[in-house]
Amino acid sequence: MSGFKLPYNLIIAGVGGQGNVLISQLIARVFIRKGFTAVVGETYGVSQRGGSVMSHVRISRERVSAPIIPKGHGDLILGLEPMESLRILRDFGNPGIFTLTNTRPVEPIDVISGNLAYPDLPAIMRAIETLSNQAWFVPASKLALEMGNSLFTNMIMVGALIGAGKLPLTEQNFVDILHQYMPDKTFEDNLAAIRKGIAAIEKTSVEKR
Amino acid sequence: MKHAHPITLNEPGRVELLMGNEAIARGALEAGVRVAAAYPGNPSSEIIETLAKAADPARLHVQWSVNEKVALEVAAGASFFGLRALAAMKQNGLNVAYDFLTNLNLSGTGGGLVLIVCDDPGGISSSNEQDTRYMARLTDIPLLEVAGFEDARDMIPYAFDLSEAIGSVVMVRSVTRISHGRGPVRYGPLPEISGTPRFVPGTTFVPFPILTKHQKRHDAIKRLERDFSDAPFNTYTGPDTPDLIIVTSGIGYLFSQESLDLLNLNGRVGIARLGTTWPLPEKWLSDILAKSQRFLVVEEIDPFLEGNLNEFIGRHPSLQRGKRVFGRQTGHIPDVGGLTPEHPLAALKTLLDIPYKTRPDSYETLVESESAGLVIERALGFCPGCPHRASFWSIKNALAKDGRGGVVTGDIGCYAMSMWPSGYQVAKTLQAMGSGAGVAAGMGVLGPMGKTQPVVAVCGDSTFFHAAIPALINARFNASNFVMIIVDNSATAMTGFQPHPGTGMTCMGQPVDPVEISDICHSLGVDVTILDPFNLEETEETILAALREKGIQVLIFKHMCALIEFKKAGRHYVMRVDSKKCIGEACGCDRYCTRVFRCPGLIWDPISGKARIDEAICTGCGVCADICPENAITREEA
Repeated sequence: MSGFKLPYNLIIAGVGGQGNVLISQLIARVFIRKGFTAVVGETYGVSQRGGSVMSHVRISRERVSAPIIPKGHGDLILGLEPMESLRILRDFGNPGIFTLTNTRPVEPIDVISGNLAYPDLPAIMRAIETLSNQAWFVPASKLALEMGNSLFTNMIMVGALIGAGKLPLTEQNFVDILHQYMPDKTFEDNLAAIRKGIAAIEKTSVEKR
Repeated sequence: MKHAHPITLNEPGRVELLMGNEAIARGALEAGVRVAAAYPGNPSSEIIETLAKAADPARLHVQWSVNEKVALEVAAGASFFGLRALAAMKQNGLNVAYDFLTNLNLSGTGGGLVLIVCDDPGGISSSNEQDTRYMARLTDIPLLEVAGFEDARDMIPYAFDLSEAIGSVVMVRSVTRISHGRGPVRYGPLPEISGTPRFVPGTTFVPFPILTKHQKRHDAIKRLERDFSDAPFNTYTGPDTPDLIIVTSGIGYLFSQESLDLLNLNGRVGIARLGTTWPLPEKWLSDILAKSQRFLVVEEIDPFLEGNLNEFIGRHPSLQRGKRVFGRQTGHIPDVGGLTPEHPLAALKTLLDIPYKTRPDSYETLVESESAGLVIERALGFCPGCPHRASFWSIKNALAKDGRGGVVTGDIGCYAMSMWPSGYQVAKTLQAMGSGAGVAAGMGVLGPMGKTQPVVAVCGDSTFFHAAIPALINARFNASNFVMIIVDNSATAMTGFQPHPGTGMTCMGQPVDPVEISDICHSLGVDVTILDPFNLEETEETILAALREKGIQVLIFKHMCALIEFKKAGRHYVMRVDSKKCIGEACGCDRYCTRVFRCPGLIWDPISGKARIDEAICTGCGVCADICPENAITREEA
């Protein structure tokens, strides 16, 4: 488990409606159950309406951290959307940061209307690689749609986070937390999504340094 | 979430990840609160939503009130019957409740009465930025400020005890970063709930005689200047003779700690954290001021503490020699807006002349060169399938056809986005809850002076109950002329779909007869038309006809919020773009569907040069099928 320093600063980046807030809570609860202290800070309010959303999860021992990570101090970005991952890297990145990102864009309204163009996706991915110590690109939305619902994207990315091995997280940790905090009827699907994410990460790692 | 909500568990010592607002609710349960009331408003809504999970009519009554003034009155009613009660609201809500509060302070209280106000620095989910702490001082009531998650739980029982000790309402102030953040909270025990509400014969709760009651409040504040020196929420950490002391409250505390860690200043700088920010604790603060000559005040939003600290020093000649206070007034922290960890960091760097770089210059350069042009902004917009998109589409088109330069007054709710491109920039005014109707009522009497532009007020269902009804009555009474469109999506959607009088369900889950908006309007003798805004043609024609009528025309556009409908019923339609019928760039429409309609679920595919449904986002509302001139967008029953 190299690179697990405390406080550990994890940022979940995405767009309103992608289930960002939910997985930030699940991850924080897993760490609290492991005996760590965890806090979560969110930028939301009107974010359900298509805006950028980020959640900060900070893991520490005993002392409670501020719920907002200082700029430039991210340790890992879990991105649910590629441009959002880059947005967060710009502000919170540093040479040691790890980035896992879903590869499917969610178009801003101004792109849909034709006022702006969505930036070149391969260029975004190259920038993410360059600005990260190590980057992983996961086709999470595609895998979620194969499961029949794009809403599983977030859980697939949780699986990717487990699979990347940068944090002491296991599938079993989430089994326990899903049982406690999520409706029974969604359990099997969420677990399947997490497993898909774990499997997907094995094929996608891009080593850099 | 499934089992008994963890907030209700009587397991002292249990540690839960709680939102600040949930921690406040837990604190209220541990204090034995019996009545809790609020009107939804971010960042305060989750306090009542959480308490509702523990509600039980015989032990704990929880309600969504029609507005914040009524919520505080409801809580006061319980207090006058000897029960512990709370009201919760956002900063704008306190303005609504303030008339009552400025009399309640004099009339006094019975059972502990706690007013929780959650300010929204930066106006993240608000129509304004407002520091409500001044309002506590103005009203002569004590003010406590929550500085963390554990604090949020601890402070509420203390506030109830304090309220009962001084016979006054006590204000507890939180802010977005705490109310909407999450952290670990250790539970205390839940008390046995007992006791029958009783109004003690012979008691009165009136502001008279005014001067006697006013003096009593001032005496209580004087007493608290002394007693707050022993309050558990005022803490000092740091060296005995620091170079500088950070004086802070609220989220400023955690950000200040972070700054000291990053700059390695724990041996040089102290932190004085105030939980009781009004009145200031006389002895405790004097001791702090004796420790150093320089003070940096870190607070949200306005320089409330900073100003009071300067005033305090001014009143204490013995403390004056060479003291300097830095903060927002001195430009060391920006004048407006919420705090981030960078604010105390930057101020400390300046004041102590510390070189500090977050990341190497080489990385900064790399960020600039690598990400240039690759990150664009995301404008806010209505959700896919939102009935408001259809409503404003028709309002825009009807006003254009009417051709007299009609004016739309906006109001507070999701539909406030109608002033932006997502709502076709239809709304031209926006102020407080219900103000759209009031402002329209004023515009609507200008006809005899030669006004020719028609006026349309747009108001949501929950906003209608909150504050638009008096404006509508006023308009009827004073013979105003306008079209009032009530966009009724059967929820207080903006703040998280809370029920209101029109939805037929209380927050405790009790079914009740809904109060029909149309019945209220009918009783005023105004014309009322109800329609589904998803019928675009009928909607546009109805608006156009109403614009030509005199008097007040009420149009109720009734369609459930897409997020609720989607949760309840799933997709109604499977939408497709028929790639044979869509002639793409060759069509004279110039990408009408995506350029103008702007739904996130309907996108333009640059490769095929044609419109396409984004199946990951579309909720299947079916509306866009009606807007394509080539009928290329199809809907099939799901």
